[in-house]
Amino acid sequence: MAVTAWTAETAVKGATQQKVVAKELTRTQIVQYAGASGDFNPLHTDEVFAQKIAGYPSVFAHGMLSMGTTGTLVTDAFGDGNVTSYGVRFRSQVWPGDTLTATLTITDVERKTDATHVSATVETVNQKGEVVVSGTATAALPH
Amino acid sequence: MTAEKFPVEASLIRLFAQAIGDTNPVYYEETAGDTATGHVIAPPTFLTAASHWDPDYPLRWKPGQPWNGSGATDGTKPAGSGSGTSLHAEQHFTFHRTVKPGDVLTPTPGEGKTWTREGRRGGTMTFRENVTEWRDENGELVVTARGVGVTTGQVIKQEG
Repeated sequence: MAVTAWTAETAVKGATQQKVVAKELTRTQIVQYAGASGDFNPLHTDEVFAQKIAGYPSVFAHGMLSMGTTGTLVTDAFGDGNVTSYGVRFRSQVWPGDTLTATLTITDVERKTDATHVSATVETVNQKGEVVVSGTATAALPH
Repeated sequence: MTAEKFPVEASLIRLFAQAIGDTNPVYYEETAGDTATGHVIAPPTFLTAASHWDPDYPLRWKPGQPWNGSGATDGTKPAGSGSGTSLHAEQHFTFHRTVKPGDVLTPTPGEGKTWTREGRRGGTMTFRENVTEWRDENGELVVTARGVGVTTGQVIKQEG
C-alpha cells in the first residue's frame, strides 16, 4: 500500500492512512536496529539470554524499533520535515515473525495563517490484531 | 541519555533509516537534494541514536568492563530488574524544528516522576519518567524528549 502525503487541502478530520511497516520481522532486522540505535540490550539480540536468563520465548524487538517503523507511516503521510510531535506507549512486545500494520487517523485540523495544524492518532497492530504501539502525532502542513 | 554532545551526521541518519526500513529519499544524501526540504533531515525517532555518543551508555559493550550476554555462560540477570524485566513503556518527542546534519545538539536532563501500578501481565510495575531538552549550538530548543521506563515485578506473561 503506497502512502500519499496529505496536503493542507487533503488533510481532513477522519482521514486515515495505513501501511504495513514490518513484514514477518526477522532477528537480523532487530540486530540491525541494535547497531543503528546503539541499544545492545541482550533481550533483543541474544536468544540464549532471552530464553534462559530473562525467561522469554525468544528475543523481542526494541520498543523503539516498533515506534521507528510506525513513524515511517507518520512521515510518509505528513510529508518531509512537517512532523511537530510524535509519541507512543508500548502496549505489547513485538516478536520475530510478527507483521505490523500501522494506521494513522486525523482527529483535528486547524487552519492557521502559518500552516495547517493537524493532530492524529496512530496505532500499530500485529498479525493477530493485538495493539503493539499506540499514540499521537501532530504536524504543520505548509500552505 | 547523557551524551555530552550529539553531532548529527548524514551517515548515521542513513544507517538509522535503513534499520527502520525507511526508503524515503530525504534520508539519503544522494537523493535528498530533490526532496521538498532540499537536504537530508533526521527521522522523528533518530535521537535514540544519541546513545552512541554517551560514554556511559549501559547497553553497549565497552572494553575492559563486564558485559552481559551469552558466551561461556548464558549471561546474568541485570541487578536492577529483580524478578522482572526493565523495558521502555512510553516515548514522546516534540520537535521545535527538524533535526538535520550539521546540528550539534546538547542535552539538558530535566526532572521526571516515578510511580507504580499493578499490571495484569507484569505484576507490580515501577515507572520512571525522564525529560531531556536538546538544544543546538545557538542554545535554541530543537527537541524535547520524554521517555518512561518500566521495571516489571515479574517476567511479562504471554497471551494465547
